Amino acid sequence: MLEGLLIGLGAAFSFQNIVMVILGCLIGTFIGMLPGLGPMSIIAIMIPVAITIGDPSAALILLAGVYYGAIFGGSTSSILLNAPGVAGTVATSFDGYPMARRGQAGKALTVAAIASFAGGTIGAVLLMIFAPALSTVALLFHSAEYFAMMIVGLSAIAAFAGSGNVAKAVLMTLLGLMMATVGEGALFNMPRFTMGLMDLQSGFSFITLAMAMFALPEAIFLVMNPARSVQGGRKNDIKDLRITREEGRRIAPVIGRQSIQGFFIGVLPGAGATIASFLGYAIERNLAPAKEQKEFGKGSIKGLAAPETANNAACTGSFVPLLTLGIPGSGTTAILLGALIALNVTPGPRLMSDSPEIFWAVIVSMYIGNIVLLILNLPLIPYIAKVLTIPRTYLIPFILFFTLMGSYIGQNNSTELLILVGFGVCATILKFADYPLAPLLIGFILGSMLEDNFSRSMQLYDGVGFIFERPMTLGLIILAMVLIVLPSLRSRFSKKISSDVAEGD
Amino acid sequence: MQLDRWISFVILCISLIYGYSAFFVMDELLAPFLKRNPIWPSTFPKIITVLAVATSFIILLKIERPVERKSSSDMDLSELKNYKIKEAIILLALMVAYALLLRPAGFLLSTISFLSLGGVVLGERKIYLLIPITILATLIIWYLVQGVLGIFLRPLPFFL
Repeated sequence: MLEGLLIGLGAAFSFQNIVMVILGCLIGTFIGMLPGLGPMSIIAIMIPVAITIGDPSAALILLAGVYYGAIFGGSTSSILLNAPGVAGTVATSFDGYPMARRGQAGKALTVAAIASFAGGTIGAVLLMIFAPALSTVALLFHSAEYFAMMIVGLSAIAAFAGSGNVAKAVLMTLLGLMMATVGEGALFNMPRFTMGLMDLQSGFSFITLAMAMFALPEAIFLVMNPARSVQGGRKNDIKDLRITREEGRRIAPVIGRQSIQGFFIGVLPGAGATIASFLGYAIERNLAPAKEQKEFGKGSIKGLAAPETANNAACTGSFVPLLTLGIPGSGTTAILLGALIALNVTPGPRLMSDSPEIFWAVIVSMYIGNIVLLILNLPLIPYIAKVLTIPRTYLIPFILFFTLMGSYIGQNNSTELLILVGFGVCATILKFADYPLAPLLIGFILGSMLEDNFSRSMQLYDGVGFIFERPMTLGLIILAMVLIVLPSLRSRFSKKISSDVAEGD
Repeated sequence: MQLDRWISFVILCISLIYGYSAFFVMDELLAPFLKRNPIWPSTFPKIITVLAVATSFIILLKIERPVERKSSSDMDLSELKNYKIKEAIILLALMVAYALLLRPAGFLLSTISFLSLGGVVLGERKIYLLIPITILATLIIWYLVQGVLGIFLRPLPFFL
């Protein structure tokens, strides 16, 4: 591990890569602060830039920096404006915003920064310990197990993303898989479902789809609902960033506990930062003494530290399945996977042995990113917060323009822009009807890998026999089915209980 | 019928068309020797079709009872009439126009017009500020894309 760490340090400590981390963190913080633009949209917008860099480690370091920056920026807007940019920072606003209203915005931001730093750093240490171990195990996997693992991943994502609407999430995943089959696959050498259109010969572009699913609907929502882009005209005096030693002592155990909790929740596919942050908040509220419990929701420093730590640790944790199995556990890591594939890197258990410099550079960049966020962003926050005062009449056209540019640069084809607008409108309608979009994109990205592994197993075992002949495959597929069926059964059951109670009342 | 069930109906239709192609059209194009293969190009699409049709029916027939939930940050369909739909549609139309004009009109002209018109649609009235800012921003972006990233964008209209 030490050797790997040294490789990583060597790779990450080049001038170019340090510039990438700093740039990524700054861009991420800037854009992440804008309400409505979460890490997924920002990373989607940044992918074309990362791909043109060409060097996979530099590109991944840039994107990872953007990712951390965006999460930090999201917390900032939650605290200052009560406008969480992403679901993962909703819990941050519970106590962060009351603190800011009490005039302790500076203190709240410091706590958030320290909590994020600690969560991210402890997460990175855990990642360093667990990822190599997991990839050794993953090397024993055959294509049949990979196929089953991906099914488990997709099911888990659907099961979590749906939360009571599992069928919708499953349908979105299937739609993503359908879209992945469009075009000429490597396996069969024949165009499929192109409807004779040359433009579809190489399939749908991943960047266009990512923009259309995440960046464009958010921008359209910002247009439709001006209240969503809360203007930062409100005067928040951000001063007095210091916290006292006593406060530090109070949040230290919270940070310790929530880093570990967040990391392990983050590793689970589909769970991710949102669940980790809410869980962290709930755990700390229950653990707190009765006197402090009343403080929660009114500006408790513990209530702010808990979700912030858990959220960042979970983001680091979500890199585990990506780096070791090549299976993304969240929308954001799915986008990162797409970017890696575009850069000709296949994440998975072989990544560590084939290109250790990429693997370790990413891990080292996590440390650097966290430090950059702490020492660079914290003093800059009062200035960065000025971005909140950009009027929406300038902001929205620029966001739209960047989504257009992003998909144009990737393909150099203006048909792509029409596809982008078309899909963007569809995605907006889907969002209105409460259909989750992340499963669609994950399905799309995993689609070709899923089919490849499926076909390989079919060929090796001359049919679907591989499911029954390999106990692990069978076990994983049963697990996937349970994941899908259980939540809907449970919601049915709980509904029954609650309706019975209501009738009984 | 609620919007989500309409959508599931649309997806059902898409799956049926997709499935028709997978079950009936694709296999005819297959070379005879490939038919001995345990896996055909249509195998995976066929599986997806069956699953997608089944899932759309689950939503369409309300077999899985959706949990009613209200999230404060997300958009609400019942509030639709309070939203500025006209602005959104005009901006989308501008995006389509941008897509069609990018090549013939060149990057600079089309981008400056897109950004300024977008600002005007959203209610910016200080045009004397808006236009210089968009021109400056467009030039900077063009320099960054062409000069730093090395991607060619035709700056001027086709006749210049």
